Amino acid sequence: MKHHLLSSADLARDDAVLVLDTAAELLSLADRPIKKLPTLRGRTIVNLFFEDSTRTRISFEAAAKRLSADVINFSAKGSSVSKGESLKDTALTLEAMGADAVVIRHGSSGAPHRLANSGWVRSSVVNAGDGTHEHPTQALLDAFTMRKHLGDLDAKRVTIVGDVLHSRVARSNALLLSTLGAEVTLVAPPTLLPVGVETWPVQTSYDLDTSLDKCDAVMMLRVQAERMDAAFFPSAREYSRRYGLDDRRFKRLPEHAIVMHPGPMNRGMEISADVADSARSVIVEQVSNGVAVRMAVLYLLLSGADLSRTDPTASDSTKPEVVS
Amino acid sequence: MTAYLITGVSICGADQPSDLLLYDGRVADPAEAPSDAVPVDGTGLVALPGLVDLHTHLREPGREDAETVESGSRAAAMGGFTAVHAMANTDPVADTAGVVEQVWHLGQIAGYCDVRPVGAITVGLRGERLAELGAMADSDAHVRVFSDDGICVSDAVMMRRALEYVKAFDGVVAQHAQEPRLTEGAQMNESAMSGVLGMRGWPAVAEEAVIARDCLLAGHVGSRLHVCHVSTEGSVELIRWAKSKGWDVTAEVTPHHLMLTDDLVATYDPIYKVNPPLRTKADVEALRAGLADGTIDCVATDHAPHPTEDKECEWAAAAMGMLGLETALSVVQQTMVDTGLLDWAAVADRMAVRPARIGRVADQGHPLEVGAPANLVLYDPAASRVVEASTLQSLSRNTPYRGMQLPGSVTATFLRGRATVLDGQLQ
Ligand SMILES: [Zn+2]
Repeated sequence: MKHHLLSSADLARDDAVLVLDTAAELLSLADRPIKKLPTLRGRTIVNLFFEDSTRTRISFEAAAKRLSADVINFSAKGSSVSKGESLKDTALTLEAMGADAVVIRHGSSGAPHRLANSGWVRSSVVNAGDGTHEHPTQALLDAFTMRKHLGDLDAKRVTIVGDVLHSRVARSNALLLSTLGAEVTLVAPPTLLPVGVETWPVQTSYDLDTSLDKCDAVMMLRVQAERMDAAFFPSAREYSRRYGLDDRRFKRLPEHAIVMHPGPMNRGMEISADVADSARSVIVEQVSNGVAVRMAVLYLLLSGADLSRTDPTASDSTKPEVVS
Repeated sequence: MTAYLITGVSICGADQPSDLLLYDGRVADPAEAPSDAVPVDGTGLVALPGLVDLHTHLREPGREDAETVESGSRAAAMGGFTAVHAMANTDPVADTAGVVEQVWHLGQIAGYCDVRPVGAITVGLRGERLAELGAMADSDAHVRVFSDDGICVSDAVMMRRALEYVKAFDGVVAQHAQEPRLTEGAQMNESAMSGVLGMRGWPAVAEEAVIARDCLLAGHVGSRLHVCHVSTEGSVELIRWAKSKGWDVTAEVTPHHLMLTDDLVATYDPIYKVNPPLRTKADVEALRAGLADGTIDCVATDHAPHPTEDKECEWAAAAMGMLGLETALSVVQQTMVDTGLLDWAAVADRMAVRPARIGRVADQGHPLEVGAPANLVLYDPAASRVVEASTLQSLSRNTPYRGMQLPGSVTATFLRGRATVLDGQLQ
């Protein structure tokens, strides 16, 4: 695995499988009475959040703490960052603090890439969502959730529906799922598909109904109703009629298919309340799997030199042990 | 005044080397060289008329931390330029006779090249009211090029009126062609790359639609239109079409659009952030072909200095623009001469003769014949260098060529017979 996780494209198939397998091991540990591992004791992980996202920050914080890392939360609101301090100066501060990993959420596409490759910090950089670019740990937790329900993702059909143009979740998922062998179909009105999507390793469709019949998982993306003000679609109603997962469409899904959503949901817009709360919705589970997946990412990035051959639960002194 | 006798130099790439005497500010007969003429060995060098840049941002007044008229004209001299056109988007905007005269005087005081101020088309570049174009034309600065560069004159009526109005003093309207609604928040070329990188795209059509409209307007009212920094294949086709109609439309291309492509944006390094954005390989090839066949009249640098902190940040927060003056001729050599698309005579045409004509700069861009003003550059095409930002004369460091090996070097620049650069050193 590379030193940073900036994009799903940084993960070769072996890397991705290692993260998912490691997360599975860690999740089984989480069921034990004492949930903390000493693995990253003495290491410092900084959550650098330029954008509000309590959910993602808490998930990373819980992951780091369960690995016994010291966690510093550095949020932009009300700090020097919002008073015009540059990304560079913030980075130099983190470097001076001795951060081993920086988990960054930023509104500008490529900010994590910039942090990782500018020479400002030596720490590992984990992209926790950048602009409309990527959100690779979200894709990992989605893949993890799918694997639990569907088994190996090779040749599985995944339909991702909604505002692909502005979605970092869609970008990261399209890359990761195809790396894992899944057949991905992106469904959206033409206005919400990016230019050049035909060069992505995915199929695309403008029609949701025909894309549901054979799919194993359907992932609904959050769509902001305000997009209609920029003429991406005429109205929330029309969007919902053409691209919402309502009860009628839900019935077209194969029996075994699961329903996903990265949250936060607009109930009644891209997904109906009944579908969101149905037995085949794994939306709540996605959240809990997020912690295990982020533990795996932090563990693999930070512990040991040759990460591709380590097993976090093996009984080697450099590997994590359950505190007993 | 020191006379210079340049010996054995290839004038505009001529096979036969010849001698050039610079005497009393003019090119003179070498046979009449005074005994104290300073000899300059021109062996292996190419002599070109002093380069003329139609598009330079000197940042003064207002952003003297990025560039000043003096530092920018030093950079120009080092790049082989003897005249630059200083864009109007300063603070205050160059939209009055007072501001353009100030910039013109600063250029005179610096003395490294002729600084020809460009006048704003509209007051404050706001696109609402015409600036006093006539007052700027009649001022000491003799403004002939008018532009709201940085901002497009998107209102069709305003553009029409500007085109018509400048006819009274043989002016030209230089348009920054960018349809504003199609480029709101745009960060890079709209392409497969922008989709992957998750960046708001700047589509080619936003440039081409404005160029098409402006060509039609220029044809309709019989005025001179100059299109700034053409960046797309479609724009080249439109300009070719407008010229075939006999309309007085000219165009420029920047060195960076002749060399660099949008795949560099994948580094997310804002050194590559520029407006119009870097485009595709197909666009680069069309621009080179357009410059070669004369559809694009000239190379203009769009030299856009920015202080380090405006580039040392995340992409979206960074300023748009890159340095160009000190690398322009090398980039043109690499992309146009070494590829066989232009010979040195044609380089002289595209970088001196035609831009001087478009800007109505009387004593620049003349063939290097006896009696011509002694504005010229001596260039060593066999030299090679690795560009280092810290050695540039510009106050700013935002060169996209840093670390790159580029061919050629400017050995000397003469402004009306006076050396501004000699032995590769600023004088
Ligand atoms: Zn411009």
